[in-house]
Amino acid sequence: MATTVHQPPIVDRRRPASRPSHAGGNGRLVPPDGDLRAVKDAPTAASSTGVWVIVFGISMSFAALTSALVVRKGSAPDWRHLDLPSILYANTVILLASSVTVQIARRRIVSFVGRAGSWFSPPARWLYVTLFLGLLFVCGQYLAWSQLRSQGVYMASNPSSSFFYLLTVAHALHVLGGLTGLTLVIWRLSRAMLRRSTLDIVSRYWHFMDLLWLYLLILLKTKL
Amino acid sequence: MHDMSVHAAQHHAPPTGFIRKHIFSLDHKVIGKQYYGLALLAVFIGMFLSWLMRLHLGWTNLAIPGLHWLSSNGAPGNVMTPEYYLQLMTMHGTIMVFFVLTTAPFAAFGNYFLPIQVGAEDMPFPHFNMMSFWVTFTAFVVLIASFFVSDGPTLGGWTQYVPLSAVGAVGGPGEGMGVVLWATSIAIFCVGQLLGSLNFITTTLDMRTKGMSLWRLPLTSWAWFITSVMGLTAFAVLMPACILLILDHVAGTSFFVPSNLVINDQLQPHAGGSTLLWQHLFWFFGHPEVYIAIVPGMGIASHILVANMRRPMLSHRVLIYSMGALAILSYMVYGHHMFVSGMNPYSSIAFSFPTLIITIPSTIIVLIWLGSLYGSKLRINTASLFALGLISMFISGGVSGFFLAQPSLDIMLHATYFVVGHFHLVMAVAAIFGIFSGTYFWFPKMFGRMMNETLGKIHFWITFVGAYAIFMPFHYLGLAGNVRRYQAFVADYLQPLIPVHQFITVAALVTGAAQFIFLYNLIHSRFWGKIAPLNPWEATSLEWSTPSSPPPFDNFGGKHPVVYHDPYQYGIEGSTGDYVMQDSPEQIHSVRDED
Repeated sequence: MATTVHQPPIVDRRRPASRPSHAGGNGRLVPPDGDLRAVKDAPTAASSTGVWVIVFGISMSFAALTSALVVRKGSAPDWRHLDLPSILYANTVILLASSVTVQIARRRIVSFVGRAGSWFSPPARWLYVTLFLGLLFVCGQYLAWSQLRSQGVYMASNPSSSFFYLLTVAHALHVLGGLTGLTLVIWRLSRAMLRRSTLDIVSRYWHFMDLLWLYLLILLKTKL
Repeated sequence: MHDMSVHAAQHHAPPTGFIRKHIFSLDHKVIGKQYYGLALLAVFIGMFLSWLMRLHLGWTNLAIPGLHWLSSNGAPGNVMTPEYYLQLMTMHGTIMVFFVLTTAPFAAFGNYFLPIQVGAEDMPFPHFNMMSFWVTFTAFVVLIASFFVSDGPTLGGWTQYVPLSAVGAVGGPGEGMGVVLWATSIAIFCVGQLLGSLNFITTTLDMRTKGMSLWRLPLTSWAWFITSVMGLTAFAVLMPACILLILDHVAGTSFFVPSNLVINDQLQPHAGGSTLLWQHLFWFFGHPEVYIAIVPGMGIASHILVANMRRPMLSHRVLIYSMGALAILSYMVYGHHMFVSGMNPYSSIAFSFPTLIITIPSTIIVLIWLGSLYGSKLRINTASLFALGLISMFISGGVSGFFLAQPSLDIMLHATYFVVGHFHLVMAVAAIFGIFSGTYFWFPKMFGRMMNETLGKIHFWITFVGAYAIFMPFHYLGLAGNVRRYQAFVADYLQPLIPVHQFITVAALVTGAAQFIFLYNLIHSRFWGKIAPLNPWEATSLEWSTPSSPPPFDNFGGKHPVVYHDPYQYGIEGSTGDYVMQDSPEQIHSVRDED
């Protein structure tokens, strides 16, 4: 069954008619009888397991970098304390806000029974806000790097700066991946092809990016 | 429990067009064959490199015809320089461990058969699956490219210990661009494997057909699942390690290079790095990696032996639990590669203890195999012979591990041929036997034709005897003090061992030549082999229920199989025949029910 935002489902004539769109996305978003329990209790889509696998893998990578940081810090007396650029705290607030907005967007989309999707339908607006905040975060990180460069602190200046750049760049690259996912959700929503599972996994990944950043901020603040 | 008869998206229509069907295919079966092809290419390259190494070890000043075409710097006048020996050795290890042992048993057979064995139409993320193969292929190309840069490939061994691998070109031929290419290739490889693990885990957990509970999965599916979890954790650690190594080369950082390092009278610009850090990061990956290499082979051998014994294993569940225990313990033992590295000696106790503990699940697995075989009337065919060969190699190679697990003994045996003999037997040869076993067993399903049994048996016996002839003497060499990773043996005490090396070289050349029998058999049977029945081995798992060989595009011809039975229902009392397929609706009434 097509799992679309609105009723009745739109047949997408750009695809071959034989291509079925299964119930992998937790079924219809709003069942006709309005009983949401069936949707909530539906079996997990494979994509949901998939995003947990991705979250676990990324966590392992950052765990490896954390242990590298701890070992490197203790291995030689050349570690110099690094003052974190203050813009990082603003970026943190922006990223937290984007988690809130993505959650709002998710709830709005789930309950949306309005017109066929357009590029700028009401629930899509909150996705755009999230996208904007995410981009703002990445720009803010870039500003932080520029600020450090203007102070003459580069990747190879000191092991502490090496780890600062490494961890923040790695995180920013993963955030860009999340932004790609958000763009995909917006695009699918605009064509009334969005599955609930896609929405769920992208927002879950986004929240993970948020939590990961909080962890990294604490790590950088306490260790660098 | 996810017994779904309607699955998460069957995502793609049958492919049309040559590119979609054969090149950028979304079909897990094609991707599995692509991985197999890559592994086949890699194993012959790796074997060729080992021949070059063995010739040099037996006859140090031998001029090998044509070698200067491979490298003019490394082999002036066709005689290998010492550095070039190390470069060949590094590439041999890297190619074999990554592109053969990780690729063939796990990525190739797993991609082909896991979805079929769970009853699914395909993996849940076919685009990621396709990407995983092409990313792995790219990694291979980047690695091979290092042969053609001016300095040649890196010479630091597949383990790439720092500081040698981190100081740059001053460390020797291949230590500049060669290391960067190596680390880039392996980092790319990690991405490919992570994408693969993603698919394997979600397939096993979410794509099982109706009636297929986790305990009804065949042993191969369990082995692939356990391997994919190990892969997810291990490769996610290796990738940042490789990135740190690349940064030390190109970005001037000092993650790994210590202070006050003088090479060729030049003080190195790096400072403060931790050389042990690389070893910790690498071996945290490296030990699970060796289990990633062997666990699928264990699953394959078990699966094939059960089909040929015509009865289930002594304990199906304990075998699965033991494989899981191997996976969990594999993360706690990695320091046994570092006993003499200079780390705190007390941590050697911390690593030695779980290393000895990990022998317990390994032994349980072996005992289940042997106990199941005892009293069975095993059908002897090439597949079952190679499965028996895997058990033999695993035991032979495994027992030397008990010695190496003890730091006091490892002080003498570390970096000798004893270690080389150990890991070649227990991991390399055993896993290769698993690959051969799987090939002979599943070839009829993959291509609809049988492989030639006579050629298969000749291949088996030469390989089996040859592998022992090559690797058993390594233990003797190691105990006699023969150091590894040396290109020539000039010390007095090593001179009497050179004839042993020459014997090994001859054995290696003969055994290697026998692999061409396999290659011929593979290619010939593919086109002209005897047409295979749908279920030539009378096996019970779902891959033998497909309506054709090879299976149709969606594996089961539009139907979703429903599973009624455990796997391996062979010779069950109360069944009408000798075996009951998993998706057979036949109900088995055990005689005991009526007591």
